[in-house]
Amino acid sequence: MTAVPLPYRVVANRPESTDTRTIELRPAGEALPAFAPGQFAMLYAFGAGEIPVSVAGLRDGTLTHTIRGVGAVSRALCAVRPGTQVGVRGPFGTGWDLPSAAGRDLLVVAGGIGLAPLRPLVQAAASAHNRLNVLIGARTPEDLLYRDELDGWGRPYCGVTVDRAGPGWTGHVGVVTTLLDRAAFTPHETTAFICGPEIMIRATARELLHRGVPAQHIRVSLERNMHCATGHCGHCQLGPLLLCRDGPVVGYDHAEPLLAVREL
Amino acid sequence: MKRTGVLAALPEGPRERLMELGREVSFPAGTRIFEEGQRADRFWIIRTGTVNLDVHVPGRQAAVVETIGADGLVGWSWLCPPHQWHLGAEAARPVDAWEFDAAEVLALCERDPALDHALLTYVVEVIGHRLRSSRTRLLDLYGPYRSGSAE
Repeated sequence: MTAVPLPYRVVANRPESTDTRTIELRPAGEALPAFAPGQFAMLYAFGAGEIPVSVAGLRDGTLTHTIRGVGAVSRALCAVRPGTQVGVRGPFGTGWDLPSAAGRDLLVVAGGIGLAPLRPLVQAAASAHNRLNVLIGARTPEDLLYRDELDGWGRPYCGVTVDRAGPGWTGHVGVVTTLLDRAAFTPHETTAFICGPEIMIRATARELLHRGVPAQHIRVSLERNMHCATGHCGHCQLGPLLLCRDGPVVGYDHAEPLLAVREL
Repeated sequence: MKRTGVLAALPEGPRERLMELGREVSFPAGTRIFEEGQRADRFWIIRTGTVNLDVHVPGRQAAVVETIGADGLVGWSWLCPPHQWHLGAEAARPVDAWEFDAAEVLALCERDPALDHALLTYVVEVIGHRLRSSRTRLLDLYGPYRSGSAE
């Protein structure tokens, strides 16, 4: 971890949807320590500012990030061109901790751009011996991330559902929890990884609890207003947690009571 | 895979009595199973395949609002007035299903309070789940300003 951004060179920038792009970064000099799936980096677009972005890929020393352009900094990061540089700090936060789920069924549930932090987990789990189910919800078929990769995900099951189908969509329509009936997992022997809007996280976790998945084996990735990423500024506080340090990945046994508190 | 849907929801006795009324039917992909406004006089439990529920939008292609898969219940409008379908239904993939005549099932429920209670409880659960799902989707959770950006 470093308090000063290190220069990384943009080696690729490709579109995922109309407002979302995936960029790949290589160190221009000194490299940061290795990231784990679920951790995040602070990406600094020179002249615009710095935001937290989860790692969406970790292969061959390349940092991959998928970014939706919703503000000045994220739009600047979406617009970076190969050959230019950005500043990177990290790695920050807790990861998904896949090794602790060894021997258990794996259930990955993603909503919207929440699929990005789960992508390196799915890639790492592909070589494990666990049953891997991947459930993905998107707003529309056009908003679906990593479309070219999905066929190879999930063993035995990878399902996609959209909220709004367009012409030509022949897949599933509905909320992501409706895919749970199609997944193959033994609830009390399952570890679930959930990332997406918090209402979707709560709805999914509630359904998994109902089916018998233990709360401590439901891991959710939470997001608050992260600024320093080192646990000092307090912007990302969620009750007793500072999510940049104690999160973003939190066990649902800890997260559930916090997500029920209004204004928290 | 474990049994889900109505077959899991009903106790064994009432389930067996209900299933005696079921007829095995098949719908090739693309078959219109029912249309909005038609009389709702039956329902289906999907064995394999998927069914799209859709809403007619004048001047446009019908909008699919929900997909129902294996073990799912297709149709509940038969249960309460005005006994008309509120949506249309189409086989998205080849469907094998059990089809039930609503009048026969309602007559059986009159004679069998245990089935009546279990079936009604299940259908209410289905309606509640679809209502919650619809409300969740109303929030447009995956829209660009729900990403939690710190900017």
